[in-house]
Amino acid sequence: MPTPLLTLQGINKSFGPIDVLHDINLEVYPGEVLCLLGDNGAGKSTLIRLLSGVHKPTSGTITLAGKPAAFASPRDASNAGIATVHQFGGTFPLMSIGRSFFVGEEPKKGWGPFKTFDRKTANDIAVKAVRDLGITRITDGDRLVGGLSGGERQALAIARAVHFGASVLILDEPTAALGVKEAAHVLRIVLQARQKGIAVIFITHNVVHALTVGDHFAVLIKGAKAADFRKGDKTREEITDLMAGGEQMAELEAEIKSYMSSHPG
Amino acid sequence: MSDPSPKPSFGSLLRRPETGSFLGLAAVFLFFTVFGGSNFASLTGAASWLNVAASLGIIAIPIGLLMIAGELDISIGSMVPAGSMTCAIISGHFGLPIAVGVIAALCLGALVGLVNGMLVVRTAVPSFIVTLGTLFAVAGLTLGLSVLITGTTSVSIKAGPEAKFLLGHFIGGIYQVTILWWIAAAIFWGFVLHYSPYGNWILAMGGDKVSARNAGIPTERVTIFLFMCSSMSAAFVGLSQAILYNSAQVSAGQSYIFNAIISVVVGGVLLTGGYGSVVGIVLGTLTFAIVNQGIYYTPFDANWASLIIGVLLLVAVLMNNTFRRMALSYTPSRKVK
Ligand SMILES: Nc1ncnc2c1ncn2[C@@H]1O[C@H](COP(=O)(O)OP(=O)(O)OP(=O)(O)O)[C@@H](O)[C@H]1O
Ligand SMILES: [Mg+2]
Repeated sequence: MPTPLLTLQGINKSFGPIDVLHDINLEVYPGEVLCLLGDNGAGKSTLIRLLSGVHKPTSGTITLAGKPAAFASPRDASNAGIATVHQFGGTFPLMSIGRSFFVGEEPKKGWGPFKTFDRKTANDIAVKAVRDLGITRITDGDRLVGGLSGGERQALAIARAVHFGASVLILDEPTAALGVKEAAHVLRIVLQARQKGIAVIFITHNVVHALTVGDHFAVLIKGAKAADFRKGDKTREEITDLMAGGEQMAELEAEIKSYMSSHPG
Repeated sequence: MSDPSPKPSFGSLLRRPETGSFLGLAAVFLFFTVFGGSNFASLTGAASWLNVAASLGIIAIPIGLLMIAGELDISIGSMVPAGSMTCAIISGHFGLPIAVGVIAALCLGALVGLVNGMLVVRTAVPSFIVTLGTLFAVAGLTLGLSVLITGTTSVSIKAGPEAKFLLGHFIGGIYQVTILWWIAAAIFWGFVLHYSPYGNWILAMGGDKVSARNAGIPTERVTIFLFMCSSMSAAFVGLSQAILYNSAQVSAGQSYIFNAIISVVVGGVLLTGGYGSVVGIVLGTLTFAIVNQGIYYTPFDANWASLIIGVLLLVAVLMNNTFRRMALSYTPSRKVK
């Protein structure tokens, strides 16, 4: 039995009077992809924000590599090797590709107080990282991010996380804005990271994507963990129902069908 | 200078925030050379607008950086007289060494900036409102304390030769030494914004504060630091004016608010943050000062200067938008594979 890299014990999170997460227990293993599933508003993004140092849990403990991890800021989490692509944002429209890629982790050259931002290194690494993701149209690291398409910007954010995610890589709906080919590239990147022994937490609403990369699945329903199972433990239909927040998708689909047939045109 | 670029190309030129402001400066300079005649372009003429530009420019650069970071500071309008009164009261009225007055004025600037920054960071109230509050609070405090302590609203100050040499003399009899301080400030801030890694933080914060924080930037500390710098710069300008003119008045700074914002915007800084350059702000300040002073060299009535500045501001904003759109859509020869 391998030891988990990241362990969550009894995690609760509330924003003032609003309880968002209740008593979450979760284990994330190195070299595995954990798919975090659940309906809109189930608390997935909130959960990963706790892991990336954006929020602090109201109660409960997070353990990273056997040591308790209380992240005071996103910087603490990234220093601990956790890199996150948040659901929205992560790139800066009016900055160059190279600068945007290295925000907060700027490569430096020079001496003492006169250390300068190493633009050339930044651009080279950023362009290579994005091209590795399959976005070969990007060749110039000086281009402004706002001039890229939505999917290209998403790829840039993912490339950044892959570059800095030393031990844990968290992707919050990374494929939502992507075309078929770009999404496939992201899935490939996820599998590559997994092969390197990185623990990946992957949030998606897409059953196919989840089944393609997931080793281990956790489902949140209304802020509580409703299911936690490994690949092959459940059928595709069961997973789909769980992702819909426990609703019977088959029934819903039947309803849609009968609606369509009773309202022709 | 937006980026130390090795090969200037059309694309890299477009991406620079100062391209538009350079064109604006050239146009304004040409206009006043034509209508202002040889007096405008003479050394004395240049001194008149350089002197105005220098004290404005020292304030405009940190204001511009705050705007790039997505904030605004209008309390500088009170910080200029507060700085000069503090220095004058301590070193003039009480007769303490000038260094004490200078340091006290700068400390007051740091304190007001700290208050501004803390309030903005902690309350999430827009910085315009926060600094509007401190604008009035500091103005009231300056007036009240000055009258309380000295019984007047204007205090004279006699600086020694060293202080005069450093902060308050005219080079060649016409150029304020403040011009050198402005150049030093421009070099310092230019390094910070465009060459040091911290410049990246400031640009990122203005682009998307949440993402910047998520990327590990200590956004709160940077915000507070920038507010402290702008207040201290205003205090510095105030105290050096007091030393230059041997006196300080309670009300002598409100015009800096709008003038600094105009200089920054004409300099190509985006009002919504995330985009701008120090060179642009310097050029914008020069443009403003040239219009402001150049009008006296033309046959036109000085009242027309405001009209020119207003039109210039609108043109600058429109031009900035166009340049930015072009910069965003610019792709270097899309290679189709
Ligand atoms: N800062 C906050 N303050 C108050 N409530 C919040 C905050 N952040 C999230 N919530 C609430 O927590 C709940 C869960 O939000 P969260 O973003 O984690 O959902 P999600 O599972 O990521 O949904 P989606 O699939 O739509 O991205 C929502 O009801 C949301 O309104
Ligand atoms: Mg979410």
